[in-house]
Amino acid sequence: MKHIDEFRDPATARALVARILRDAGNESVRLMEVCGTHTVAIARSGIRPLLDGAVTMVSGPGCPVCVTPDGYIDAAIAVGRIPGVLLASFGDMLRVPGKSSSLEKEKGKGLDVRVVYSPLDAVALAAAAPDREVVFLGVGFETTAPAIGGAIRAAEKATVRNFSVLASVRTIPGAMGMLASDPEVRIEGFLCPAHVSTIIGADAYLPVASRYRIPCVIAGFEPLDILLGISMLLRQVKDGSARVENEYSRGATAAGNRKAQELLRELFVPFDAEWRGIGVIPGSGLRIAARYARYDAEEKHGVRPVFSPEKTACRCGDVLKGKILPNGCPLFGKACVPEEPSGPCMVSSEGTCAAHFKYGTGLQ
Amino acid sequence: MCLGVPAKILSVRGDTAVIALGGVQREISVVLLEEVSAGDWVIVHAGFAIERLSEEEAERTLALFQEIRNANEAH
Repeated sequence: MKHIDEFRDPATARALVARILRDAGNESVRLMEVCGTHTVAIARSGIRPLLDGAVTMVSGPGCPVCVTPDGYIDAAIAVGRIPGVLLASFGDMLRVPGKSSSLEKEKGKGLDVRVVYSPLDAVALAAAAPDREVVFLGVGFETTAPAIGGAIRAAEKATVRNFSVLASVRTIPGAMGMLASDPEVRIEGFLCPAHVSTIIGADAYLPVASRYRIPCVIAGFEPLDILLGISMLLRQVKDGSARVENEYSRGATAAGNRKAQELLRELFVPFDAEWRGIGVIPGSGLRIAARYARYDAEEKHGVRPVFSPEKTACRCGDVLKGKILPNGCPLFGKACVPEEPSGPCMVSSEGTCAAHFKYGTGLQ
Repeated sequence: MCLGVPAKILSVRGDTAVIALGGVQREISVVLLEEVSAGDWVIVHAGFAIERLSEEEAERTLALFQEIRNANEAH
């Protein structure tokens, strides 16, 4: 397929790996891939062992399903139990454990949950079932937030009144700042997400790079994109630079998608948001603006996600911060496996624990 | 979850476009883009085109790969 196959060429991959190993010399560096889509791509393509001794890649908090607090799942179940309500969700969310149950378990007991590919499909469900109240579980980062906002706009335009969103939107740069300032995290560069950057633009990382003196390189999700991104980061670390560079220039600009940014500013307001396993990060979430309250399921149906620290041996929080690899958690691969996950990092296909388990890295 | 796929636009009508994706045609929203027309490549995420793919920039990256392969052979 065009725009994919040419970024998977094995000969170029070998050349890039050789270049990284040459540049690294005897001193290895520690980099973080912020995004869960990168985590899966790195695990699937087997990049980690190829760079052994030169570059250690630690995984970051960039999996929206993983960082959505359990109180949100509880709120989703509560709203789903209101008579007449129909829940629409991305498939990844169904197995995430709340405090006592998951959407999948409740679906087995009769909760009406439909899996959709696009938030627009949820609007179509509402239009087709005027006697139901459709609540879309709007989970995501900046990549997905414009699609959630676009669905609200589409509902408004088509006067679909039985549609609302239970939003759990998180934004990436604030989380990167938190990680960069944590002395226990010890990373020397950020491999920044491709499609979050498509929306927010490369310039959005300038404050993180300059304030924490840490290099940031945006990379696409194909194997050659990732290897080139790692190579660019490594060269910055060796030079002592802390610049923002963009490997994914074909899909992300310096300023980002201004139309999507305008939509986000119109429909959402930033707030201090809780990240599962991590805690509250100032200004790192988007909630639906008051003037769109009729599309906000929290306002419309009177549900409020309640956030409280979890009591569990699961160390997802430390995995999400890159403090430990999955095999540093006592539950990993024992009490916690994809079929019976204890924590969100094992649930989502893009969770760090699920990626390590599936591709056999870190099991030893 | 932030995966987006490159797809070619076949036709546009208002805020909606038809794309070809893995041999299947489907409709997506193009409200997040300024102007799109048939033949453009876009990145599709959750039913929306989130950006136009720059073919020139793609070519530049591929040219850089060629340079890196050449330099590697010289080593």
